[in-house]
Formats: sequence, C-alpha cells, structure tokens
Amino acid sequence: MATRLFAAPSPHIHGGEKTRRIMLDVILALVPALAVSTYIMGWRVLLVTAVAVAGCVVFEYLIGRILLKRGSTIGDLSAIVTGMLLAFNLPVGIPWWIVLVGALVAIGIGKMTFGGLGCNPFNPALTGRIFLLIAYPVQMTDWTTNVPDALSGSTMLADVKGSTYDAAGNIVLGNLNLDNIDFMGMFGGHMNGSLGEIASLALVLGALYLLWRKVISWHIPVAVLGTMVVFALCVALSVGGGALCYQLPLFHILAGGALLGALFMATDYSTSPMTHKGMLIYGVGIGLLTMIIRLWGAYPEGMSFAIFIMNAATPLINKYCRPKRFGTK
Amino acid sequence: MRTFPIGGIHPHDNKEWSKDKAIEVLELPDEVKLPMVQHIGAPATPIVQKGDKVLVGQVVGQSVGFVSANIHSPVSGTVTNVDMFPNGQGQRRMMVVIKREGDEWLETIDRTPDHKRECKLEPKEIIAKIKDAGIVGLGGAQFPTHVKLSIPDGQKAEVVVINGVECEPYLTSDYRTMLERAEMVLTGTEIVMRAVGVERAVIGVENNKPDAIKHLREVIARDGYRGIEVMPLKMRYPQGGEKQLIAAVTGRQVPPPPALPISVGAVVCNVSTCVAIYEAVQKNKPLIERVVTVTGKHLKTTHNYLARFGTSVSRLFELAGIPEGDVKLLNGGPMMGRSVVDITAPLIKGCSGLTVITGEEAARGKELSCIKCGKCVEVCPMGLEPYILSKLAKLQKWDMAEEHNTVDCIECGCCSYTCPSYLPLLDYIRIGKQTVSTIVRARAAANNKR
Repeated sequence: MATRLFAAPSPHIHGGEKTRRIMLDVILALVPALAVSTYIMGWRVLLVTAVAVAGCVVFEYLIGRILLKRGSTIGDLSAIVTGMLLAFNLPVGIPWWIVLVGALVAIGIGKMTFGGLGCNPFNPALTGRIFLLIAYPVQMTDWTTNVPDALSGSTMLADVKGSTYDAAGNIVLGNLNLDNIDFMGMFGGHMNGSLGEIASLALVLGALYLLWRKVISWHIPVAVLGTMVVFALCVALSVGGGALCYQLPLFHILAGGALLGALFMATDYSTSPMTHKGMLIYGVGIGLLTMIIRLWGAYPEGMSFAIFIMNAATPLINKYCRPKRFGTK
Repeated sequence: MRTFPIGGIHPHDNKEWSKDKAIEVLELPDEVKLPMVQHIGAPATPIVQKGDKVLVGQVVGQSVGFVSANIHSPVSGTVTNVDMFPNGQGQRRMMVVIKREGDEWLETIDRTPDHKRECKLEPKEIIAKIKDAGIVGLGGAQFPTHVKLSIPDGQKAEVVVINGVECEPYLTSDYRTMLERAEMVLTGTEIVMRAVGVERAVIGVENNKPDAIKHLREVIARDGYRGIEVMPLKMRYPQGGEKQLIAAVTGRQVPPPPALPISVGAVVCNVSTCVAIYEAVQKNKPLIERVVTVTGKHLKTTHNYLARFGTSVSRLFELAGIPEGDVKLLNGGPMMGRSVVDITAPLIKGCSGLTVITGEEAARGKELSCIKCGKCVEVCPMGLEPYILSKLAKLQKWDMAEEHNTVDCIECGCCSYTCPSYLPLLDYIRIGKQTVSTIVRARAAANNKR
C-alpha cells in the first residue's frame, strides 16, 4: 500500500462528541424515571412509552422519506427522545390511538414541518402534549387507573386555584391544606399524574447524569425551579408564613410537571437560548409563567404552556443576550 | 492557577510522542529553496542572481518597506535559480534556490559556543539588528518582530509576555527550546525588555510542562535574571493565542481589532523568537534555522530537529518514516496547522512542527444539521457565535457577518472541534472573515481618498 496525501482546512481533529451520543445520554437519563413509574403504575407505562416512541420514529422516517424525499434521520435518535418525553407527559390510562395522534402532531407538526432536528421553534413533545390536552381534555386528565390512594399532582394543583386577593391586598390561597401532604412520598413517586412526572427522585438523578455528561448546564433548571421557589415563598409569606414557607415551595416543585419540565423539557437545545445569560432569563420566564398559570390560570398545571411561550421568546432572547465579545466591557 | 477568561477546549496534548527527544542538528541540505514571503507584509525582493556565490547568513532577499523581513541564505553555495515554485499549500511563490557547497559562514557571525549575556545597545540599535536579521514571530504568525517591538508614539509598554505555552497538540519545539536553550530564551527576553523599555517580563508556560517551568526558574535564580517571572498556566487551548495569553497573564483583555496588544501595555514574543533575538543581537547571527518538531502517532521515529530553512519538507518526513495509507501532513499541529499538499515545499520560518496524522484521525464526520446546542458559543475564546457566523458566510450575508464581529475570529478551530453535528464551522467563518476584512479595507481606503 502506498502513501496517499490528503488535505483539508484546520482543525484536523475533532473532540468526538456526537449528536447521536447526546440523544443517547438523554434517553439513558430518562430510564430511571421510566423504571420507577413502571414500578408504581404498572406495565402500561411501558406500553404507552413504546407506542409513543414507535410512533415518533415511524412518522419521522415516513415524513422524511416520502414527503421531504431525503435520507432517513432517525439514526440521530432524537425521535426516540421526543417519543419518550411525549409519553412522559401523558396519563398512563390513555387510549393507544391518542398516543399515536400525539406522536403524529409532535413529529409531523412540531418537528418535520420546520425542517427536522434543530429547526423546530417549539419543543415537539410539548407540541404533541398541548394538542392532546386541548383536543382530548377528558382522556388527558383521567387519572383513575393510577395509584389509588395518592392524589394527583393536578388535583392538588387545582386546589391552590381560586387564590385571590382579600380586601387588605393579601393573597388568599384556595382550599389547599398542605399539612396533610406526605412530601417524602411525593419525592419517591407516590403521587398521581402523567406517567413520567411522578418519579421526582429518578428525574433528579437523570438530570444529574446529564449535568455530569455536560449535555445540559445548570442554568435553565436552576432558573426555573429557583423562580418557582421564590414565587411560592412570596405567596406563602403573604398569606401568613409559618410552615407554609417551606411547604408551599416544596409542593410546587414536587407537584405536577415542574421537575420533568425544568430538567428535561425546558433544556431542549433547539428551543432554548444559546448563552448562559439567555438561559437564565428563559428559565426565570418559565418559572414565573408556570406559577401564574398554576395560581390564577384556567388550567391546573402551567409548566407546558410556560415552556411553550418561552420557546417562542427564544429567538428574541438570543438576539439580545449575545455572548460578551472578547475585549469589550 | 490562571488561564484566559472565556471559551477554550481540552484536546489531548499528544506531546508524549516527541517531548523526550533532544534537539538534534539536522544534516545540511544539498539544496535549499527560500520563499521571498516567510512573513506577514510585503514580499522581500531577491537581490541575488543565478550563478551568484553566497555564504551562510548572507542576505538573498531584501525586505521592502517597514512591514517586511529580510531573507538570508542558510547555506553556502551557488544560486541555481530564482523563480516561482509551489509552497506547502501548492501556491506558486518567488523562491531563491541555492545548491549547497560546504558550510562557510559570514565572518561577522560569532560562532563560538559561549553564552554572551551583557547587552549595552540602545533600544533603536537592538531593533535595527533584529530587523536586519529577518526575525519574525516563530510561533506561527510570522509577524515581523522589529515592527512588534517598535512601540507607536503615545503608547507605552508595561510588560513583556513571553509565550512558552505551546498549546497546540503534538508540538514540542518550544518545550525543548525552554529545556535546552533556557539561557538563550532568558537573555533574549532581557533584550526584548531593554528594547521596549520595561522592567518586567512574564513567561507563560502551561502546567503540562512542569520540567520546563522548573528549569526556567532554576536558571533565573542561578544566573540572576531580574524582573523575569515564570507563570504556570492551566492547560487549555488556545492559550497560546496572543490575546488569550495576555489575558491569562495580565488579566487585561486587548480590545477588538484593530487594537493591538500594546493598547493594554503588553508586548508578546514566543520563546523560540527570543532565541532568534538573542542570536541576532549578541552573535550577529541572522535567522537561518529553527527547532522543528516532526511528530505523529504512526511515525517510525519522532524528532526535534534544529534545521536550516529551505530544507525540503519531504526530507524531514522521509527521516521520520511516513506511514502507508491515507495521511495528512500538517505544517503545524492538528488544530491550526495547514495541510501540506506539495512535499517539495521548503521549511519556512513559521513552521514549528510537522505533524503527521492518519486518515482515520483526520476524517471528518458526516455533516448533520445544527441542533442549536450552543457548544460552539461556549468554547469560542473570542466571545463570538460561530453557528451564526458560519451560516451568514454560507448565505453570503457579509454585512451581517461584519455586525456579528466575524473579523475578531482567531481561527483557533474550537467551534469545529466541538460541534456534535460535525459542521465545518470554521471553513465557512474563514471565508466570511476574509471577505469582510477585504470589504472593510476597501471601505477604509475609499474613505481616505475622499
């Protein structure tokens, strides 16, 4: 064999990081939560997830091949991530065909319409979930087949509704009694809700893995959850303080989709800002909107809508939060 | 431990292949080819003709104007040709070809091995000697050193920063120079301090070279070099970039172009350049040779050669034993080095190393779509947005590329190195930068006319 010279511009080496590997890391990070949910809620969790994943992958393949007439992009594994995240946002008892509709909306409208991976302005899984929530409100809030003796996050969140101001200008909470809530149980997953959002501890472990692998940075999760904590603390203080000062913030973090949203949905690359400063603004926006919707909005849970709205603000945030140019103040 | 403020990556340094190879004097070449451009600025004019006899150290290319550099003959012999020949990138350039006969040096050159430390010359005289010797930045930029050391009116140097970082993977020529030629480096540093009128110099060395740090410190203490400090820096690429190094060492950031390091009071010189300055000023020896690393994982042997300029690159590769199969030969290291496409090209002043990587190592991954992960933004040491700059160049939106400060790019390659979608970000940014620079220059020229 002879020596053959070849040439290209620098750099001549690559760090080895791959999109596919990043997606694989996200999948791995979601596995603990999936396992805990399956343990708590039963085998149907896996069924729903499998249908969602299969739906997303097949739709992406077909749309890419038949409609867009280009090579298959399913090898980057991003469709699997979308499928898992969609499933995580659904009640476990949901009919399988609704899951498929969700997958079609997520991939078809949420992702491929805009050109596929990296081009979508909105989180595809959230696009699917919000469509289903509006199109099939009954099935999407049916928690009856789940853990029988646990309250659902949205049931509890519904209880903080009706918060209002009294004559003196103080916030009055709805009919929620936080003294009866077992926070440790909630943390471990003893809670009703969408199939991926209940396993708080497992979600946190998954996110720590992503932080360690440097797939995500701390900025968005900390900004979202920090804003929610501060907001809840202010509300607690304004209704008298006491034990509420830790109960209410803790409750808001553990109930509903706060952790799933802050750790896995809001950190989606394409739909979140590029710079750390932008990420912080984006995260604070999500936290604020979530709390406003939770306390005074029409829906019990506001995480999905908050992320969706802030997704829309991302290009604007990117425009105004550019990195600091070297050599400038 | 200090380092530069933003961005940067941690490629494997791959120094182990050649770091323990002592500097060897390479056999004299039978023929040298001397390009008249081995520097930034105006090409030198050949002042010899076919048939002329030359001695080692004799000027064969005369510098033209202030920003230019002399070219000296590195061998004695007969000029056989003055014509256009391909350089490493395959571009045809004016070169003087000399056939070597013996090794006769100009008599003015002090060839004794003694170290001569004392320098009583005035700054102007030092700079004149450096200019005569044709010294350019040996770290790779090839910027004429006498220009760098001529401080513009109204500005004042406060510190001399000596670049011993060698952050480029594989290369070890500066490392060996610091170990084996520390006295020359330090006396060269003293001369630079004298030339620009400062009392303090800092030699920045990355902490992957602890023995160089230790050795320099020992020599400084032993021989009483006053005002020179060795500062270990946390290993991170591209620390050897001039602006990055100044920020790491002094904490000050050079403002965006066209500002120069002097605007924050810094004058930067590479360690190998210091050796050349020492030899020029103390020994009257022009720049005719340098230490060059020949390295790569798959070479039969690796070397740190002291080689005369004009030596054919192919000879250096031959001695190292190029592996079979697909290879990329690099003038420089894998991050910023340039692919050599013509191995008949000569060794030039800015070449600190020749690196050989195999096709597998150098293979580019399949280009996917940008996933907006922001990693390129995170690693950019200039605070730019590579994903936008690359896109703007692709779309030929030059005005927008200018607004996004594309001319700030130092072409370090951190963005392409990091991109998980294997986008050739720097390929496009480079085109954008060149085009925008041309537009900016044309605009400035038009404004001047008006």
